[in-house]
Amino acid sequence: MDLDLMITSFPKLLNATLITLKLLSVSLVLGLFLGLFFAILRLNKNPFINKFAYGYSYIFRGTPLLVQIFIIYFGLGQIEYLRSSFLWVVLKEPYWCAIIAFALNTGAYTSEILRSAFQTIKPGFIEAGKSLGIQSKIIFYKIQVPIAIRQSLPAYGNEIILMLKGTSLASTVTLMDLTGVAKYIISTTFKPVEVFIVAGGIYLFMTFLIHNLIKFLEKKYSY
Amino acid sequence: MELLAFGKTGWGDELFIATLMTIAVSITALLIGFIFALIFTPLKLSKNKFLNLIANCYTTVIRGVPELLVIYLFFFGGSGAVMFVASIFGYNDYIEINAFITGSFAIGIISGAYSTEVFRGAIQSIDKGQFEASKVLGLKKPIHFVKVIMPQMLRLAIPNLSNVWQITLKDTSLISVTGLVEIMRQSYIAAGSTRDPLFFYSFAAILYLLLTFLSMKLINQLEIKYSKGY
Repeated sequence: MDLDLMITSFPKLLNATLITLKLLSVSLVLGLFLGLFFAILRLNKNPFINKFAYGYSYIFRGTPLLVQIFIIYFGLGQIEYLRSSFLWVVLKEPYWCAIIAFALNTGAYTSEILRSAFQTIKPGFIEAGKSLGIQSKIIFYKIQVPIAIRQSLPAYGNEIILMLKGTSLASTVTLMDLTGVAKYIISTTFKPVEVFIVAGGIYLFMTFLIHNLIKFLEKKYSY
Repeated sequence: MELLAFGKTGWGDELFIATLMTIAVSITALLIGFIFALIFTPLKLSKNKFLNLIANCYTTVIRGVPELLVIYLFFFGGSGAVMFVASIFGYNDYIEINAFITGSFAIGIISGAYSTEVFRGAIQSIDKGQFEASKVLGLKKPIHFVKVIMPQMLRLAIPNLSNVWQITLKDTSLISVTGLVEIMRQSYIAAGSTRDPLFFYSFAAILYLLLTFLSMKLINQLEIKYSKGY
């Protein structure tokens, strides 16, 4: 065991954790909106619209995240039209490519979680709202959405942890996140075990926090 | 389309072999995972607090740390660890482990953690009466496990094991960082030499979709087989 290496690499890894957290939070926020949007499309009665939403979630859940990042980072740059458009400002940055891939990926899983949450709401709640003469828009935002959020908390907590682990793939497109820096230190010092313990410890600490935060929210919003 | 031709002019045959490699690694990793699950599930269910702790550490650490980090640990540390063990037995030469073994071992340990949780859940949801009944009938432990618990456990575990299989299959794409030529690595090589990454990575995505689609069909058959009588 090389304790010195563990101590000197700790601040470097902690610094890289900031990038990991940034990637995680931005892609989760974008993914939540995408997920909600596609969950609503899934519940639409028009078969074309809900097949489209199903296709999106099927493709992103059926392929590895690594392929998705590579298509966006290496692949999209090949399209001439994109290179000359304003989108290129975003797509030439590995940071944004990673975030787009993560957001689309977590959006697919989130849409499934939210869809099943919406489907398990007891029809009685909606009927009660209707018989009180509440507008259907207000029923949706004030009754269905809060219940669906509460229902999907445990599954969404898992999704956050999966996404935290997913952000490690950002290191494959040159971003120096926690895993990227850990790999760099390992490949320069050839001390994989020590670095793994420190970097793995930081990841475990984050999963521990997320796990407890979700538990707390579950308790707070239980009914 | 000529990019996918078989033979020297295209990448068809290379990608086909790479797909077989992905399947081989996934199956090996899943089986290694089952071996880990067979070791750790009894520890998880045991009444001994210390054994519980060991099993919980394994599943918590593996499920809380990114797959890529575990792969790097094995990739950079694997041959060192094997050499260390070999040196105890008096063998001091350099040993290099091939990428297939390191890769399937790394993914196997990850998939083992998920399988352990699945088996634990399945055994715990078997009715208590089944355990008591075989005790009353005086069944020996191994027979009790193979004839009474296993068939019931498998029925409950198969839907969740199909998730584990999907996760394992998708995780194998990460082994490409160690240089093992599976779908992802082969696409990377092809994309680099033809300068057509969009086509090859999209094709890789289609191959993965095909694999997940076909394996789901197979698993559904299994599910029907094991839920006979329910």
